[in-house]
Amino acid sequence: MKDDRIYRLRPGWRLQWEEAQGRHVLLYPEGMVKLNDSAGAILSLIDGERNVGDVITELRSRYPQAPADELQTDVHEFLDEAVQQGWIHHE
Amino acid sequence: MNEHATSTQKPTPEAPLWLLAELTYRCPLQCSYCSNPLDFAATTNNELTTEEWVDVLRQARAMGAVQLGFSGGEPLVRRDLETLVGEARQLGFYSNLITSGLGLDEARIDTLHAAGLDHIQISLQASDPDVAEAVAGSRKAYDKKLAMARAVKAAGYPMVLNVVLHRHNIDQLDAIIALCAELDADAVELANCQLYGWAHLNRNGLLPSREQLETAEATTVRWRERLSREGRDMQLLFVVPDYYADRPKACMGGWGSIFMSVAPDGAVLPCHSARMLPMSFPNARDDSLEWIWYDSDAFNRYRGEDWMPSPCRDCDERHQDFGGCRCQAYLLTGDPTATDPVCEFSPHHHLIESARREASEDKRKAAQLTPRNVHESRVFCRA
Repeated sequence: MKDDRIYRLRPGWRLQWEEAQGRHVLLYPEGMVKLNDSAGAILSLIDGERNVGDVITELRSRYPQAPADELQTDVHEFLDEAVQQGWIHHE
Repeated sequence: MNEHATSTQKPTPEAPLWLLAELTYRCPLQCSYCSNPLDFAATTNNELTTEEWVDVLRQARAMGAVQLGFSGGEPLVRRDLETLVGEARQLGFYSNLITSGLGLDEARIDTLHAAGLDHIQISLQASDPDVAEAVAGSRKAYDKKLAMARAVKAAGYPMVLNVVLHRHNIDQLDAIIALCAELDADAVELANCQLYGWAHLNRNGLLPSREQLETAEATTVRWRERLSREGRDMQLLFVVPDYYADRPKACMGGWGSIFMSVAPDGAVLPCHSARMLPMSFPNARDDSLEWIWYDSDAFNRYRGEDWMPSPCRDCDERHQDFGGCRCQAYLLTGDPTATDPVCEFSPHHHLIESARREASEDKRKAAQLTPRNVHESRVFCRA
């Protein structure tokens, strides 16, 4: 995964914080993905403007206690999975 | 209350995630496979007002519902659809319009899009106008649907088409998928018709034969391979008819589990077909959705497992299919608490086999089935 790559959500899909569920969900036609805390934190930074490197930098400043290498690996693995699942894509 | 009674209390159900708003039973088409209630004509003068629908949306959203379907009948018949879509967007719903495409034009697509509609699903009847007319009772509908499918895509929505399959169009499946591919659809649901409401009335004239079904499944597989070879991203979803499955479907993910449907007159149902069951359902005009969901007898009746008959109650799969569909159990056995006869372990499974046999002897053409319209519906309306 290249860190200068910019991802965005699949067209028509929406990420949203659901107060009733206490988590982020990814909404798509007639369906929903329930996201855990880290997936929600990463996906809410995928906005079609930040690249992968920016997302990692932002998460490092938000979670300074997390080991830097692990955080980077986690972000890469999650984004790979999100691409596989068709949740996000890059230009 | 003593200690024992307290400890056996049922756990509080989870909040609903899905709200289906059946805005109206009015529809310009007369599809003989419609799942609306037979007596729908009794409610056409008693629809919820715009304000009442807005209140339903607010209550459901506050409870946690997030997916919203606008359906019917034909929801576009309601001139306040745009207002309701706007309200839904503001509340944070993800809203899906489930439509025939009739009543749509480019300008209305733009207005709905601007109001915040997230998704549009258009139904197709067939790959040629003759069959479409025989099934839906309208010739002009065919061209209109194709034009609207293209317009939806041009407006930036994914094109998701729904084709209801039955004996009279399933042999055309190859041409139907070819048409969808030519339209550049993103996803196509090939859904064998669910045998409720008008479709149940016309059951013997709709159910395909096993040979037809197997050919259709093979056609779908062949198209998936072809699309993949050509690098095309068109999803094909094939839904087998219940009467040819060996296990029942997990109807609605369980009764009163995630899904709540509000009918045009405000009746609140655990499933849009449930109205036919021999029980009464609460109404959003009389009670809050919260009370209806958590406390009403109707929503608690088939929740959990306490109601389950044998063989469901001892079955390892009861958490997967929840005993199947209550409407199907009632329609086939007369007992809404029976195991869904689709299940091969049901003592009534022979009813499915005889239904298939009966259907094979029905030689009616599509145009000879009972059309779903107000005139026919009045026959079923109780005084």
